[in-house]
Amino acid sequence: MTTAPALLVEDLSVEFRTRAGIVRALDRVGFRVGRGETIALVGESGSGKSVTAYAVMGILDPAGRVTAGRAMLGGLDLLNAKPSALAEVRGREIAMIFQNPRTALNPIRPVGRQIADVLIRHGNVPRREAPAQAVEMLRAVGITDPARRAKAYPFEMSGGMCQRVMIAIALAAKPSLLIADEPTTGLDVTTQAVIMDLIGELAAQMGMATIFITHDLALAGQRSARIVVMHAGHVVENAPTAELFAHPRHPYTAELIAATPDSAANLDQLAAIPGALPDLRRVDLPPCRYVERCPRKLAACAAPLPQPAPDTSHFVACWNPLPIGPETTTEACTVSAA
Amino acid sequence: MTALLSIEHLAKLFPVGGGAGTIARLKRRLAGGAQTLPKVHAVDDVSFVIAKGETVGLVGESGCGKSSLVRTLTRLVDVSDGSIRLGNRELSLKPARVFARDRDRARIQMVFQDAGESVNPRFTAFDAIADPLRRLRKLRGGALRERVETVADQCGLPRQLLTRFPHQLSGGQRARVGIARAIAVEPDLLVLDEPTAALDVSVQVVILKLLQRLKRELGMSYLFVSHDLSVVRLLCDRVLVMYLGKIVESGPAAAVFEHPVHPYTQALVAAVPRLHGGDGARLRLSGEPRSPIDPDPQVCRFYGRCPRGEDSCKTAMPALRRFGDREAACHFAEGFLPQPKVVS
Repeated sequence: MTTAPALLVEDLSVEFRTRAGIVRALDRVGFRVGRGETIALVGESGSGKSVTAYAVMGILDPAGRVTAGRAMLGGLDLLNAKPSALAEVRGREIAMIFQNPRTALNPIRPVGRQIADVLIRHGNVPRREAPAQAVEMLRAVGITDPARRAKAYPFEMSGGMCQRVMIAIALAAKPSLLIADEPTTGLDVTTQAVIMDLIGELAAQMGMATIFITHDLALAGQRSARIVVMHAGHVVENAPTAELFAHPRHPYTAELIAATPDSAANLDQLAAIPGALPDLRRVDLPPCRYVERCPRKLAACAAPLPQPAPDTSHFVACWNPLPIGPETTTEACTVSAA
Repeated sequence: MTALLSIEHLAKLFPVGGGAGTIARLKRRLAGGAQTLPKVHAVDDVSFVIAKGETVGLVGESGCGKSSLVRTLTRLVDVSDGSIRLGNRELSLKPARVFARDRDRARIQMVFQDAGESVNPRFTAFDAIADPLRRLRKLRGGALRERVETVADQCGLPRQLLTRFPHQLSGGQRARVGIARAIAVEPDLLVLDEPTAALDVSVQVVILKLLQRLKRELGMSYLFVSHDLSVVRLLCDRVLVMYLGKIVESGPAAAVFEHPVHPYTQALVAAVPRLHGGDGARLRLSGEPRSPIDPDPQVCRFYGRCPRGEDSCKTAMPALRRFGDREAACHFAEGFLPQPKVVS
């Protein structure tokens, strides 16, 4: 990648202070999104996908604290920016689509007004012209009869329509980076396909970088150029989509693919992933948080995990990754240790 | 195969607007107004059969009437019209309130979507599993404990977890509690309403395998409701596709997913994300579904969203027609049927 990335996250670590102890939710998470690129953060619940997004957006729960790392958006480090600087960027340069549109929208404000609010605040649109532009936004996200729908409240709309409104709000100020946190959970597959098409089309039109968070590996594969696999607060693998599916290197990625219903012809071929996520409050967490579930563990796994080299195209945080294939030498696939 | 459950011309209508309660009805009568309220046709003239030992999948989008159909055939709500026969017994005539204490109540059991929400939060896992046994089997004391422990073992729920409350259990463990309490009374038919929707893929696999094992061991029939078609494909022998209260297609699961005949099924199958093969057929549905409130009986329910949609679709409702081992409700079904393969 020669041009500067839209977002560069490095060494991001997040802790949550709870009554039961400190939860180390993220540990040295890093990835980059190029301009106009779509990447997917994939993992099971508790893997830290959403926490990553919240940390980048600066909307972590008060109990959560960023302990290390930086998230560079252009020249600005989002993690150490002043609230006023962050407020300038959020909504304008970087926008987010939340998981459940019905709860994320303001229930007592018509949806057209909610879009107009963003246009006025972040889109440099005069107050008088905002309502008309909001209607245009609704039309752009494919809502039929947008003038009437602009006056509707979220409860009067279906889940799919609410999600379209969320997209309109997120895209109102034409951000350069969009974070979509499980944008289609709870929607039907037919609606999911339409919404994902819409996000993809608008992102392509506006040259917007997209971080797409999902637990659905198949959906991620279909919609993104690169997949970042997370497990228990670590990035375990980061690779171009086709390569990840063809040659998963991390044992967890391989098991995740084998557990996806689409990968098998019948139920007997489907493999379960043994074990569970480690308790992230433990003080004796091993360097590799997958090691206790891992079928390929070695003595070397007690060493700190390999860190990605600056230009690694296929990063795997593992000391004993699966071989790529017969033609590749082991030397080529060893990731340079930091 | 012998039929376990056969459903004929089943309908479930819900009156809407103007208040459906007794007082509202009385007021309308006194005012001399119309007696008929507009009705949501949640389930409209649905017929199908579930054979002994068969797993039938029921798919369709939210609002298509899946849940109403399930609640009606498990007799949690009253039937508006049609018949439900379980073996030789007609179930549709008894009011739901009476059926709750019926001896056949135990023969149809249900596993709900998220046991974390469908199990009484003040019940321990033991109580949750014991409740149907107490009510329907009148088991008490040692016999009850023994039966609860047996089904917990069958469902792979460790006995030491039986004293826990739902919030102290993981998603997978809760799913096991939900399944255990349903099979405790040895039903013939188990209705599963998206049992794995709230679970991660790794846990989902374990639960699906558990369901398959239990079916083999106990010889139950399953009605598996889901909108995850890739799961339905793995678990089900036959599949029913529902759209706005009607069955629009049915057939062997593998055949339906490989060669969907009804345009709605085609769109549904095309929308399922695939691990390999990318975004092949870009068949998308535009617009919102038609209103289920007093729909025009002469217009195809899919008209307006259907990419085919011709004039005949708004003048005659297509009937569910049989083609070999499959059924489809579309005027143009013949054109969509898989052609005999020509070896080239």
